[in-house]
Amino acid sequence: MASDELFVSGHRGCAGCGMATAVRMVLQEAGPNTIVANATGCLEVMTTGYPETAWKIPWIHAAFENAAAVASGVDVALKKLGKREGVNVLAFAGDGGTFDIGFQALSGMLERGHNITYVVFDNEAYMNTGIQRCSSTPPYASTTTSPAGRVIPGKQGKKKPISKIVAAHDIAYTATATIAHPKDLKTKIKKALESEGPSFVQIFSPCPTGWRFPSELSVKLSKMAVDTGIFVLWELEGGNFDNIRITYKPKERKPVEEYFKLQGRFRHLLKMPEKIAEIQREVDEKCAEFGF
Amino acid sequence: MRLTLTGNQANAWGVKLSRVQVVAAYPITPQTTIVEELAEFAANGQLDTQYIKVESEHSAMAACIAAENTGVRTYTASSSHGIALMHEMLHWAVGARLPIVMGAVNRAIGPPWNIWADHTDTISQRDTGWMQFYVESNQEVLDTIIQAYKVAESRDVLLPAMAIEDAFILSHTVERVEIPDQELVDEFLPPYNPPDYLNVDDPKGFGSLVMPDWYMEFRYIIARAQEAARKRIREVTKEYAEIFGRDYHGLVEEYRTEDADVVMVGAGTMVSTARDVIDKLRSEGHKIGLLKIRVFRPFPYEEFQDIAKRVDVIGVMDRSFTFGYGGAMFSEVKGAIYNTDARPKIKNYLIGIGGRDVTPKMLEDTFRNALRVKDHGLDREMMWVDLKGGE
Repeated sequence: MASDELFVSGHRGCAGCGMATAVRMVLQEAGPNTIVANATGCLEVMTTGYPETAWKIPWIHAAFENAAAVASGVDVALKKLGKREGVNVLAFAGDGGTFDIGFQALSGMLERGHNITYVVFDNEAYMNTGIQRCSSTPPYASTTTSPAGRVIPGKQGKKKPISKIVAAHDIAYTATATIAHPKDLKTKIKKALESEGPSFVQIFSPCPTGWRFPSELSVKLSKMAVDTGIFVLWELEGGNFDNIRITYKPKERKPVEEYFKLQGRFRHLLKMPEKIAEIQREVDEKCAEFGF
Repeated sequence: MRLTLTGNQANAWGVKLSRVQVVAAYPITPQTTIVEELAEFAANGQLDTQYIKVESEHSAMAACIAAENTGVRTYTASSSHGIALMHEMLHWAVGARLPIVMGAVNRAIGPPWNIWADHTDTISQRDTGWMQFYVESNQEVLDTIIQAYKVAESRDVLLPAMAIEDAFILSHTVERVEIPDQELVDEFLPPYNPPDYLNVDDPKGFGSLVMPDWYMEFRYIIARAQEAARKRIREVTKEYAEIFGRDYHGLVEEYRTEDADVVMVGAGTMVSTARDVIDKLRSEGHKIGLLKIRVFRPFPYEEFQDIAKRVDVIGVMDRSFTFGYGGAMFSEVKGAIYNTDARPKIKNYLIGIGGRDVTPKMLEDTFRNALRVKDHGLDREMMWVDLKGGE
């Protein structure tokens, strides 16, 4: 590991944690003049067991549902002190802290127009508390509060389209990224940081523990999510969806079943071809909307 | 300079004089006119502050915590349900050792829906570790904001503080208020100088996970800080009196307690009315006095242990009720005295709840009831004053 890393080894993240890789990439791009406001969750717990820390930049955690409000406070305080210039203020949160409980604070921050880059590490469930369903959990995924049972086959309802909702606030920059596309991820972080006003990057973050797959497959699963069209890589400046730019288009989309086969959370679906067909149909429709 | 101000305007003036650097607030009746006044100050360039109009009280306290942690003096104001929504972050401000000051305008908690004076909103934050100053006049509102910053920012304290005023009775009622000279305030309250803060030149982490091997020690040093605050409040109040000529007597203020057999205890605006009633009963020859709880946290237990030695009866008036036993102030007073040899009778009067006007007549009846305890003993521990239909 390079000596100029700002997110360093020795933390207690699981082997294969997609988020840990993503954080490292984000900070490589952001550099040392960066302050991170971190919502409660795996990232906070695994990196800061007192008196140790994996962070070589100033870092603040002040509860779960408010990373955007905490970052807002840092932003205005730096302004007041005349120290805002050249400093990146980042908010880091999981999908629970963003799609669900932190949604109101996020919307408020976007509306007020703070110059903050908000990064959501989306691992599609409440992993820190033990894999509970969230509004980011995809349909039929089995979690501890949406178990695949004899009557109900996993999570009911769709995945909340968080980045589209965020972009609808007409903010400076919105993008989606994965750790399997590092150049794309870093370019997007750079653009987000350079934007004047709020920016938002959703990073697809496979969780070996929660999704039940071998830890060496985190990158592969990120790639498969994009190659099936389940997760689309795009970016948008402003709030006009006609201007969405797809940053990576798979030449030939793979069937969603191939992605499901690699993960324990979808194992029950393999015996339910009608459910797989239903998801395939929805993914096809979504891709058509994006023009591929 | 003297101005005619409502309690809420006096609150905003206290903020302005304290040169607060970041304000984060959300409107709620009856606090609203504080945030309006601050917005006016900011819009007219009279207050050089970053003012975030957040989307909730929870975010207001979160933003204050983050800003204070970045090294600036912060302020918020709220009432009732707003304070309740902040509850999680009130704990956080204490654990993070941040000397934030909040203007708290006491209002009842629903249901039933009620926007009038009642101490339940702040009393129910007793265990968060915030210092609590209950005030009785618009002048005291202004003076307490300035004093609260001075106490809170002391290196041996570093705890947040609430300056607490009764809804409408102070918040929306005008009084003449002396505005201290800015120069004198600047001398009394130097700029905020935190020991640690978020700084890219010296990176530190705040809000880490702490395992059972150290958590208890972190709580212990907060307990110590509350003890240090007790001493600091007395010193700061005295210093303020010397410079500005208004003495609030530390944590409690005694009125005509010399030679008293019976002493009545209260907080907030009811004590102003109580002084007149004490005078009346004194003129009839009754040996009765008053003790105003100005600071409820840290709790002035030494002052109560002292008064307990001198009187036969203590009547504690609570403007809130802690369900399951009695008023919180009553319980604390009783608890403070138990391990001394003094054994005054202590009776709890629940009064003025939900904004019920605390009239001189009501207080006179209450005080006469306490005088009867002296002559006839304690009939019962608690009494709801002016309750329709009786108990």
